Amino acid sequence: MSTTNDSHGPGSYQPLGPDDRREMLDVIGVESFDDLFSAIPEGLRYSGELPVEEALSEPELIRHLDELAARNGPASGMLSFLGAGCFPHFVPTHVDALIQRQEFMTAYTPYQAEISQGTLQAIFEFQTLVTMLTGMEVCNASMYDGASAVAEAVLMARRLMRRGGRVLWSEGLHPAYREVAETYARYLDVEFELLPVDASGRTMIPVLDDDVIAVIVQQPNFFGVIEDLRAVGAAVTEAPAKFIVAVTEPVAWALTVPAGEVGADIVAGELQSFGNGQNYGGPLVGFMATRMEYVRNLPGRLAGQTVDAEGRRGFVLTLATREQHIRRAKATSNICTNTALCALATCIHMSSLGRTGIRELALQNLAKATYARERLAEVDGIEFPFDGPHFNEFVVRLPIEAGDAVDQCVTNGVVPGVALGRFDAAREHELLVCVTETHSRDDIGRLVEGLAEACT
Amino acid sequence: MSRPKMRDDQGQLKQEMLIFERGGSGRVGCTFPRLDVPEVDPAAAWGAEAVRDEIVGFPEVSEVDVVRHFTRISQHNFGIESGLFPLGSCTMKYNPKVHERVVRSPGFAGAHPYMPASIVQGALGLMRRLESALAAVTGMDRVTLQPAAGAQGELAGVMMIAAYHGARGDAQRRKVLIPDSAHGTNPATAAFCGFDPVEIPSNSRGTIDIEALRAEADETTAALMLTNPNTLGLFEDQMETIAEIIHGCGAQIYCDGANLNAILGKARPGDIGIDVFHINLHKTFTTPHGGGGPGGGPVGVREHLVRFLPRPTVETDAETGAAYLDWDRPDSIGKVQGFYGNFGIMVRAYTYIRALGAVGLRQVAEDAVLNANYIQAHLKEHYHLPQDRLCMHEVIFSDKRQKEHDVTAMDVCKRLMDYGYHPPTVYFPLVVSGALMIEPTESVSREDLDAFITAMIAIAEEAKSDPEKVRGAPHSTFVARLDEARAARKPILRWVPESSAD
Repeated sequence: MSTTNDSHGPGSYQPLGPDDRREMLDVIGVESFDDLFSAIPEGLRYSGELPVEEALSEPELIRHLDELAARNGPASGMLSFLGAGCFPHFVPTHVDALIQRQEFMTAYTPYQAEISQGTLQAIFEFQTLVTMLTGMEVCNASMYDGASAVAEAVLMARRLMRRGGRVLWSEGLHPAYREVAETYARYLDVEFELLPVDASGRTMIPVLDDDVIAVIVQQPNFFGVIEDLRAVGAAVTEAPAKFIVAVTEPVAWALTVPAGEVGADIVAGELQSFGNGQNYGGPLVGFMATRMEYVRNLPGRLAGQTVDAEGRRGFVLTLATREQHIRRAKATSNICTNTALCALATCIHMSSLGRTGIRELALQNLAKATYARERLAEVDGIEFPFDGPHFNEFVVRLPIEAGDAVDQCVTNGVVPGVALGRFDAAREHELLVCVTETHSRDDIGRLVEGLAEACT
Repeated sequence: MSRPKMRDDQGQLKQEMLIFERGGSGRVGCTFPRLDVPEVDPAAAWGAEAVRDEIVGFPEVSEVDVVRHFTRISQHNFGIESGLFPLGSCTMKYNPKVHERVVRSPGFAGAHPYMPASIVQGALGLMRRLESALAAVTGMDRVTLQPAAGAQGELAGVMMIAAYHGARGDAQRRKVLIPDSAHGTNPATAAFCGFDPVEIPSNSRGTIDIEALRAEADETTAALMLTNPNTLGLFEDQMETIAEIIHGCGAQIYCDGANLNAILGKARPGDIGIDVFHINLHKTFTTPHGGGGPGGGPVGVREHLVRFLPRPTVETDAETGAAYLDWDRPDSIGKVQGFYGNFGIMVRAYTYIRALGAVGLRQVAEDAVLNANYIQAHLKEHYHLPQDRLCMHEVIFSDKRQKEHDVTAMDVCKRLMDYGYHPPTVYFPLVVSGALMIEPTESVSREDLDAFITAMIAIAEEAKSDPEKVRGAPHSTFVARLDEARAARKPILRWVPESSAD
């Protein structure tokens, strides 16, 4: 029945042999696998062979997958200046080595605390690091990604306000985050309104009416501009609305004033920059942090400290009465899985950077992007739509459509940035450029040359 | 800095301090390239009031400190390679090593989601291939790979059903029928989408009570959310009648794919009346659970729901054969993930399907069901078996007999840890009091099954002869039973510098 080519798959991952199977069927008291599956009525059974491609041995698999990977630009050293919510940062080798330990990688959600102290302690450390970075009092154990974290923040704000209403969000909030939040809120009494940015690239905050339940500003914003969070915080905290700060590039937060100091109620976003690669956009590391007074409205898992029967410090998942497996239809969210292993990588990378390293990393990003912007300013025809301060991203306006400039640069092995026309037709000449510590001075030179050539 | 006591009197390591309690001033755990551009002072660039001070309390540790710390705490975890991991409903099967090799190719790991399609044909091509394979395995017409986990897949799936009814002007459909044995995510998802979850009881055979379903199904019903095989490890064998009732009243059938592993190559959801089906890649297609994610929650739909799929979809240009992202989907429910889903997880799932092929996939289901029934045959004399007939991939016992000695299902679980096993799932499904839900998966040898059975029998004996020992378990783990009530009463959810003093 099985061909030689198919036999290696089950053989290598499934320990039972033909004799085992026969004897075990005997123990159970059935004649055959057909009998074993007799609970599936004849009419519902699938009797053919699944129409999937033929099985491959391990060497064939590696060759096949490597061939697919080789068809992607980065395999051949494509130089990329793309950020926009998925950033290129160097991840130390030991981070990936540690997360591949099977005790971390293959473990389940730590419901059985006594044999899950590794995962639980790491989550506790992760929660602590993120509260320090954001200046908030509590952070959950991670979520799917920044976009769904912001969507959940909108829902949380609605719960805290105990009513629906308008949510005002900045044009500088990542457009994909806005689209995900719109999906999540589709069946709720929430309306979204866009707050434009001014010539500096910073969000303009209007006087807030009482029907506004939340204001969302991203720091640094989608255009790479550092928002004046103190001013935003002062304006929002005057009103009943909740102040949500979104983050896509947490490295900047090593230098910027923490959200907790400027009155933020919820910080939601992405931590991929610490410890995680780009992987074509996933998996990522969403998170939500808030004030302790709101903890019972926070979705997602939480690790907490306790003691064991002998008085030793230990960690457990706690406050689970918020969650779907206990509350079912009344849960704060249907979220179940988070991204624990990615959060572990974040935790290890942030710990390794530490107090001085995280600052050094941020300073290098700022210096590289500043240098790139200055060099690009020397190119004829390149302008900057925003004059506000930036971190490691900034927008350039080109004399040609940015999408065409990208296509031209790509033929020379450089992806110069994200053409913003894909999000907003009014910005089709604009390109969002990201420069990090991974880019050398020479790399930046190639970017400048490539764009200069494309623009002439 | 004062430090907590880490060793007992024999010098044995009992605790690993927190990363914040390690290290010393000035240590760094990574290196930076020499800065080859001019330095920039953030206070000058942004204004001093926009810049923070150094982060108080952040660790100061070397690479060695970091590696020892995380290695040590990892040893306080139990992974699939540590031993049998029969956690029901979670499908804790072996995660092949080759997955970790192929996913780390620079072509995959370094691909950015906004790269032009022309330079990510490998990634898009893999997504097309995975979608086709999942459609083939489930019998669904199209599959979205975007949801980041099963629960997000449920959300996308139920939203598509809502959009379908909405597009037909059928907005009065507010009810979602959910069997009482369902996962908690099902009612949570239905409520999230604005529906009213209505519980449908199970019958004495552990499957959906057809008469109760018939009585509840009407023109206000949007969908039935079922799980097949269900969480009692039983196949819902009345699918034809169920489909007749649900489709007959104009509603849709959503199936939770948590238990797909049991029916690979044996039955296909798309062939048995199911309209929407989600897949947990981290279960059936063995991507690592990671201590709680990342997961992958693709959703398969029948033809009539394709136009509502999350956008973008991945399509193939008929002329050039090139793959591309199709954003022009006016009826789409929108996006659920920031980009296109957990691509790194998709690479692993695709690799797994290609390693097994059609015959291998069917063998997975056969071995998984065989192992569960083998455990059932050996243990039903020792533990109460609520449904005494052939099970699918998992068997559910209850603690009814052990309760006579004041030993609970949780006690049995904790005692199993002393024998070197991860415990089964306990107290789920809710319809069985004191449930012990055992799912051995196909990744276990017969000698390991026999040893597990021996341990379970020994614990059943201990429950009679020495119940105190079982109630006090675990005795050999790194920490003893933890005080969960205390954690919830006075939540300590982060380390603060002061706490290092006690």
